[in-house]
Amino acid sequence: MISDSEISTKQIICVACPKGCRLSVQQDGEKVLVTNEGCKRGVEYAIEEKKDPRRMVATTVRIQGGRHPLLPVYTASPFPKAHIMELLALLRHIEIKAPIKEGQIILDDALGTGIPILASRDM
Amino acid sequence: MGIKENNKYDIIIIGGGVIGCMLARFLSRYELHILLIEKESDIGSVTSAANTAIVHPGYDAIPDSLKAKLNVAANPMWDQLAAELQFAFERHGDYVVAIGKEELPKLDELLERGKKNGVPGMRRVSGEEMRQREPNINPAVSAAIWATSGGVCDPFGITIAAAENAIANGVTILRHTAFEDFIWDKTRIVGIKTTQGDFASRWVINAAGLFCDKVMHLANVHPEFNITPRKGEYFVLDRAQFTVNNVLFPVPTDISKGILVTTTVHGNTILGPNAQNIDNKDDKENTSQGLDEVFEGAKKLVPAINPRHIIAIFAGLRAGGNAPCLTPGCDYQHDFIIEIPEQVQGFINLGGIESPGLTASPAIAQYVIELMKDAGEHLKEKKNWNPIRPARPQFRHLTHAQREELIKRDARYGRVVCRCENVTEGEIVAEIHSPIPALTYDAIKRRTWLGTGRCQGGFDMPRVTAILARELGISQLEVSKKNSSSKFLYRSTKDAGGA
Amino acid sequence: MKIKNCDIAVIGSGPGGLAAALAARQNGAKEVLLIERDKEPGGILLQCIHNGFGVEIFKKDLPGPAYAQHFINEAEEAGVQFLLDTMVLEITKDKRIFASNKSEGMLEIQAKAIILAMGCRERTRAQVQLPGARPAGVYTAGTAQRWVNVEGFMPGKKFVILGSGDIGMIMARRLTFEGAKVERVLEIMPYLSGLMRNYVQCLQDFDIPLQMQHTIKRIIGNERVEAVETVAVDDHWQEVPGTEEVIACDTLLLSVGLIPENELSRQIDIQLDPLTSGPLVDNHFQTSAEGFFAAGNVVHVYDLVDWVTAAGLRAGESAARYASGELSCREKKIAIQHGKNVHHIIPHTLDPLSLQHGDEQLQMRVTKPLEQPVKVQVLDGEEVIASRTLPYARPGEMVTIELKAKHREQVEKAQHLTVQIIEKE
Repeated sequence: MISDSEISTKQIICVACPKGCRLSVQQDGEKVLVTNEGCKRGVEYAIEEKKDPRRMVATTVRIQGGRHPLLPVYTASPFPKAHIMELLALLRHIEIKAPIKEGQIILDDALGTGIPILASRDM
Repeated sequence: MGIKENNKYDIIIIGGGVIGCMLARFLSRYELHILLIEKESDIGSVTSAANTAIVHPGYDAIPDSLKAKLNVAANPMWDQLAAELQFAFERHGDYVVAIGKEELPKLDELLERGKKNGVPGMRRVSGEEMRQREPNINPAVSAAIWATSGGVCDPFGITIAAAENAIANGVTILRHTAFEDFIWDKTRIVGIKTTQGDFASRWVINAAGLFCDKVMHLANVHPEFNITPRKGEYFVLDRAQFTVNNVLFPVPTDISKGILVTTTVHGNTILGPNAQNIDNKDDKENTSQGLDEVFEGAKKLVPAINPRHIIAIFAGLRAGGNAPCLTPGCDYQHDFIIEIPEQVQGFINLGGIESPGLTASPAIAQYVIELMKDAGEHLKEKKNWNPIRPARPQFRHLTHAQREELIKRDARYGRVVCRCENVTEGEIVAEIHSPIPALTYDAIKRRTWLGTGRCQGGFDMPRVTAILARELGISQLEVSKKNSSSKFLYRSTKDAGGA
Repeated sequence: MKIKNCDIAVIGSGPGGLAAALAARQNGAKEVLLIERDKEPGGILLQCIHNGFGVEIFKKDLPGPAYAQHFINEAEEAGVQFLLDTMVLEITKDKRIFASNKSEGMLEIQAKAIILAMGCRERTRAQVQLPGARPAGVYTAGTAQRWVNVEGFMPGKKFVILGSGDIGMIMARRLTFEGAKVERVLEIMPYLSGLMRNYVQCLQDFDIPLQMQHTIKRIIGNERVEAVETVAVDDHWQEVPGTEEVIACDTLLLSVGLIPENELSRQIDIQLDPLTSGPLVDNHFQTSAEGFFAAGNVVHVYDLVDWVTAAGLRAGESAARYASGELSCREKKIAIQHGKNVHHIIPHTLDPLSLQHGDEQLQMRVTKPLEQPVKVQVLDGEEVIASRTLPYARPGEMVTIELKAKHREQVEKAQHLTVQIIEKE
């Protein structure tokens, strides 16, 4: 199904499951066409990757009064890929105070995404 | 001359390897104001830190050479030396192993040479006997020579111990201090210029190892003498997976001495060295050809070695000299230079001190003292010279009861930092604050044996950098492996500069 | 010397040890001592701050420390006694442990059963015989991870990573997140060593180039790393002349494999599998030494922590039963051998009677990638006892197959079992 209008084609590796099938993803305006799909999950993944790619992000923030100088934190759910570096820059500049409990919200509604940043452990 | 009073000495020793430190130790017996300078960040960190640590019987040195004479003279001194300076030394003899019948005549040659050199306690051992003493030996062993006076030592330990004993007896040791030039009064050397200023001295001793040629040329001595660095590469094998019980030499061929396989005082097995003449005195890199040559070569003696046994690789440079043997009739062209040259006053010159330099070191020191006496130097013995240098406790060698006592004295001995070799925080702290403080990771490694095990520092490095920072009151970012150009860390995780 | 008595002593409080200690308590052991060399429990999980933990057992995608925190909390609540900042120095056949710490000095611990959960260590530069200088700046990926995530230091500015193992790829992302530049990742094999997901999310996402069939020829820089010289290799790992490239960098990270850490295990008369460097275990995770159990990476390297937890739970239960006399060690055991395309298999022996009480999972690694549907089969000679189909099999992902109650009769009759992975016709 190849037309000669402005279609951009990209090969991606699906990571919905560990198999890692290679999918061909063609974006034709609003439509996303997936070929070589191995399964339904792969199609869903490919579409998401095109429209709204997200990743779980884990990093550390500075903590005062804790056992270590850094507290590991993570996004409660997958975060928009386009804003990850911005998120990291933001987190680089905050400093929190111990004691902290695992699961505690370190930063709520990060960058207006509605996604909180959580503490990965007690400290 | 404008040199401050406290920069005036009777003797300055250039070079803090095992030779310089041993000279300092033996000379410290006399009423002399002695300075030893070392250009690196630590003593004993170059050739003295990369060798097989063997105390040779002396049968392989060329008869009538100074090497042979001093090797054989020094060998019996080691028991007392090790007892006084308290470093690890074991004397179980060494073996030259003939593989196959064709190599048997070589054993006879070595026995002959040993006899000529005055080496005691050499005897033949049958192939069967060799297989019993050394289960991993090549089953094709036909016979061997057992030279009972051979041994192994801790090469780091002996250098540190000699230096500490020297300091205890009044010697000053300055590290990070590189010799630049001599200070002259006509044909007499009266001092030296260094990167840390000028020093005056009645005698300057050249113990500069790889750079002894540069030093002696600046003294206008032996312009024809040159050091050719000779690289040797080594493997260390995991004692849990492969051991040899002994020091094993192959029979030398006309081309090479062969690759040795030896036990060490730490129970590991060392393979090597090969011998490759190079140009660059700073090149201690391991090479794939060199490593292959050593590993394959070692299989001649111990065919069962396997790359899975390897835990460490390293390389060292020997200071190979081209000085002829001074004994009439001896045709050897790579002998030691140990002399007080006639044309220059105030200079004692050592050159080309490669193997058996470590073995010969106490005899070299005594020889230098004899030369000084012959030159009219009146050496007055100190009344309170203390030859004993007390060793610091090593947790891994103690019984559980002894460990308990040690931890009671200082709780830091209760925390093991290097898991593979069981080195504790207490030992690390003790070395950081020792008479020749260990200020870098490698300095601690040489003194405590930390980081030399299977994980090669993977576990201990972050802990050691933290301890060094704490004890020295510096940031961990300033902690280094060898010197200020080899820091471990770059910045704090959250200081990204522009990012 | 202080002497402690306990029922179960667990060495190592990573996921294997935590689960084992918890299960020991849950199965009736009264005094359960969990000995940890670090100042806090959690083991390697404390520095694995990335997500990917608990997907199987919690159906959640947790970071390592959170996964650990769950089990630490449970173990504390269950009454496990933690002995932290304590290094085990020696173990003996009669189940004595000698350990040391700062506050109590030397400790002698007499246990009824011991669970080995020491995890693994990383393969070093020397073990891959990497030529060149020996400067500062050559680190295994795990050591760098400890510095970056726990101690709070970046070990360098410009990195090259040798090995496409998961730790290396994850560190590539981590370092990039913290403002460093990862120039290249090199993999000597023609296939990825770790998970595809990590290739996509750690390397591809950040345009970090991965070169397959490449390795490092030489490390350059006497005091600190200045560059590495890379080279392509052929299918026999021989260097291809003319493909050398010098990459300027200040740090080289090695992600070239994990080795089960069995220094302590070697002190007692325990049989180790030369294929794994870990102890031989039966389906109760008991080793060849009576009363000694082992779980987690100390047995063989796992890819998912969830399976480590499962192993730990099983080992803890078995140890508790052993300590109370319920676990006989004279049951008939069938040897399980690795067959076609299988590198190694755990457990090494199986008691067929166990199948009455539940499924037994066999865990293995395939020797090379099979990128097509495969059959995993348990055989008695020629006869297939159990089989499953998988869409592919890769060395970087542990393969499992279950023996169930229905297989008991056949298993019992067998002299030994062989497990193979073959291409599906």
